[in-house]
Amino acid sequence: MTAHPIQIPRSALAPARMRPEQGVRHTCAHCTLPVPDGLVEPGAERQFCCHGCATAYGVITSCNLAAYYDLLRRTSQERAPAKVSRRAYAEFDDPTFHALYCQPLPRDGGMLRTELLLEGVHCAACVWLVEKLPQLVPGVAEARLDLRRASVRVTFDPAQCRLSQIARTLDTLGYAPHPARAHGRHGTAGPSGGALGGSMTLRELRQIEDRRLLIHMGVAGACAGNIMLLFLAMYAGMFQGIDPAHEQLLRYASLGLTLVCLAWPGRVFLKSAIAAIRTRTIHLDVPIALGLYLGGIWGAYKTIAGSGDLYFDSITALIFFLLIGRFVQRRQQRSAGDAVELLFSITPTVARKLTDGDASHSTQDVPVEALSIGDVVEVRAGDCVPVDGTVYSGRADLDVALLTGESRPSRVSVGDAVVAGSVNLSGIIRVRVEATGEDTRIGTLMRAVEEASRRRAPIVQLADRWAGWLLVALLSLAALTVIIWWHESPTLAIDRAAALLIAVCPCGLGLATPMAMTVAIGRAARRGVLIKGADAVQALADARARGVVMLDKTGTITTGTLSLVRFEGDPEVLPMVAALESASSHPIARALSRSSSTLQTPSDITQHQGAGIEGTVGASRLIVGTRALLTARSIAIPTHIDHAAHRAVNDGLSPVFIAVDDRCVALAAMGDPIRPDAGPAIEALRQRGYHVRILSGDHPLLVRRVGAALGIAESDCMGGVTPEGKLAEVRRQLQSRPVIMVGDGVNDAAALAASTVGVAVRGGAEASLAAADVSLTREGLAPIVELLDGASRTLRTIHWTIAASIAYNIVAATLAVAGLISPLLAAIIMPASSFTVVAICLRSGAFKPARPPAQSPSAMPSRPLAEASA
Amino acid sequence: MSVIFLLIPLAFLLAALAVWAFVRSAQEGQYDDLDTPAHRMLLDDDRGPATVPGPSSTRQAESA
Repeated sequence: MTAHPIQIPRSALAPARMRPEQGVRHTCAHCTLPVPDGLVEPGAERQFCCHGCATAYGVITSCNLAAYYDLLRRTSQERAPAKVSRRAYAEFDDPTFHALYCQPLPRDGGMLRTELLLEGVHCAACVWLVEKLPQLVPGVAEARLDLRRASVRVTFDPAQCRLSQIARTLDTLGYAPHPARAHGRHGTAGPSGGALGGSMTLRELRQIEDRRLLIHMGVAGACAGNIMLLFLAMYAGMFQGIDPAHEQLLRYASLGLTLVCLAWPGRVFLKSAIAAIRTRTIHLDVPIALGLYLGGIWGAYKTIAGSGDLYFDSITALIFFLLIGRFVQRRQQRSAGDAVELLFSITPTVARKLTDGDASHSTQDVPVEALSIGDVVEVRAGDCVPVDGTVYSGRADLDVALLTGESRPSRVSVGDAVVAGSVNLSGIIRVRVEATGEDTRIGTLMRAVEEASRRRAPIVQLADRWAGWLLVALLSLAALTVIIWWHESPTLAIDRAAALLIAVCPCGLGLATPMAMTVAIGRAARRGVLIKGADAVQALADARARGVVMLDKTGTITTGTLSLVRFEGDPEVLPMVAALESASSHPIARALSRSSSTLQTPSDITQHQGAGIEGTVGASRLIVGTRALLTARSIAIPTHIDHAAHRAVNDGLSPVFIAVDDRCVALAAMGDPIRPDAGPAIEALRQRGYHVRILSGDHPLLVRRVGAALGIAESDCMGGVTPEGKLAEVRRQLQSRPVIMVGDGVNDAAALAASTVGVAVRGGAEASLAAADVSLTREGLAPIVELLDGASRTLRTIHWTIAASIAYNIVAATLAVAGLISPLLAAIIMPASSFTVVAICLRSGAFKPARPPAQSPSAMPSRPLAEASA
Repeated sequence: MSVIFLLIPLAFLLAALAVWAFVRSAQEGQYDDLDTPAHRMLLDDDRGPATVPGPSSTRQAESA
């Protein structure tokens, strides 16, 4: 990232999160990160690591909400969010925006309700703070946070407060809001927007489906429970005798409940089985439906006939257990789908269009969809660029981190190209529109993400792979039973066959995968590895020892933050440099000010935009900046400094020249250090048989250097790759083997979505988190090794559970064919197999810490230290 | 005539009532968000977070 010839404006906002190098004494009162020495305010009661944290702390405490910090420390090991975008959110007040995203509540006198997706919500303290919004913004009636979807539903009075005010408050607290655009807006919605237009959104449809599944589960549970009670009476009657009239009553009553259960919740199996037969893809639902409905119909006949064994209790319990498995599975998949919603909300929805031609000064807010090529839009400081285009007039510093992952702002002026999604940090520019919406670079990228996630072939569940064989085995066994018993009596033969179909119904098989996956994913989440779906676990296990692991460089292998790598010259100058640089908020300045502790305060400071800074520290006059700045002051650069500068450039570092009293005395080489655990993690991956490659947008030279440090062959280090190039490379590799892509930026998002399994590392852009199948909440690369190991262990667990349930089925089948099965025996064997499955899942070692003491309290105090050395 | 002929239909009626209540509440969205209430119930509006238990119990709530 250091090799780009980007002009560096000193006034730019620094990213809020910084890791200090040494001399840690204070921690930030808001986010608990250590405060850089240059920013420590002597004598102050509370210290802050950045302006954003100080503002957030101010807002929270001024509204008597300081209890938040108490709560955060008690309930979560996470930090308070400190990623503040400082956007103006002006478009949130636009009538078009209101029409699209706000829902009027006529019953509550002009109140509006809107849904916002929030970045950075993670724990109980976040719920508490976000739901205190009415206290923070007068006019807000209610705020309800949905933690899983990371969305807040805000009810507010537009007469008392503006939506932008609400958005800015949330942003100040570190929860950057985005409008909850309906998923699938791309390609379907016209200028009127798809959010509320006409029919239901995809999310509403899914909600209805979710509710239906829950209702089915509840009804099946009620039926199964009641039938169990009735059968308890009948089994007691079997041993102690029962009045025939009473038994008939119990039989009819349980028949009634079974019919309800089969006709209502059980219908899903029938439907799915019929669909499977139609498409000739046999899956587990076929043998299940066969057992359920044949058993039910035969049972109804036996009830009316007035004699014979009934298996209603087993049938309804089966339906209930299987629906539990489905519910659990669906909830997991749901969290995966929800995360993608945020992806479509990152570019702005409203643009300031210049009315009557280019020369006018009046602007009008229009929806982005209404813009056409050739229009001119104005982008003010704090705004997000809504379109791709060229700068028509003005100069500005843009934060292009969204697209490139580059943390340094880039300066644009007339004639430069700008891309949608970049944030204007300072200045006003007018942009001639060249592409809007889906045609923008970010739009294309996001569409690629969406397509890649949609097109990914669904992984066939292990149990379903065997369903065909199971069906054949079941049917031939049933036929065998009928043949064996036919000569005794045809009724008895059908009786035995029906008992077989019910007793051998693959309930344990249906439960095995969802249960094992749920346990594994839950455990992984507690270990800082968030897995979005069961298929990711299976794909990871399948990729074992033959997959290729593609690592992004900036922010993944390296820490992604600038710091001082080498210092050439008199080290005593460094504290003075640190003191001077503490006056600036530029990333390089921040990194330098962290590099040494100092108590000196600079004075008489002049900042040179994009070139450097000068000022007086103690008795010396310091100039710190580019070669051009020093040359402009006709300061000669000595030979050894010059050599050092060349070496730094060769090593991919940014040289910063330091002059004291008009003499160039030192050189600071700034760069992005490799994470300490990257080496061991990559070595561990290689040992497990994975091919490790680097895929980076950074300069090829720099990428090769990082690769060499980690023992990765030059041919495996790809540098200078565009986001589109990453996608192409992943697709190319996919043709021969599974690809595990690890990255952190929006530039990785498409590649993450296209890969077999995408892993987003901690601190990654929200879009990459949405596109990835797995996101890590723990720092570093070590969790990736854990993830791969855990996935293959989970698959082993699934194999065990399937083996166990098949063993039960074989026992049940043998008994049934031999005619030894009874309803009571079936009612015992069937739940026993399900419980065995659950027990095996709970006992499995997947995602358990390798050495239990590793997570003991001793790991806690070392955490800040580990980060300090990062 | 045994009393059970009355009691079983009566029990079914009660069960049907419970199922009806469940279906209604599910359709009204009471079970839509199963994660946040687990956290929300830990928070006390008036007395501040003093009553909030330690991290272990929250973890359980998350995994539940």
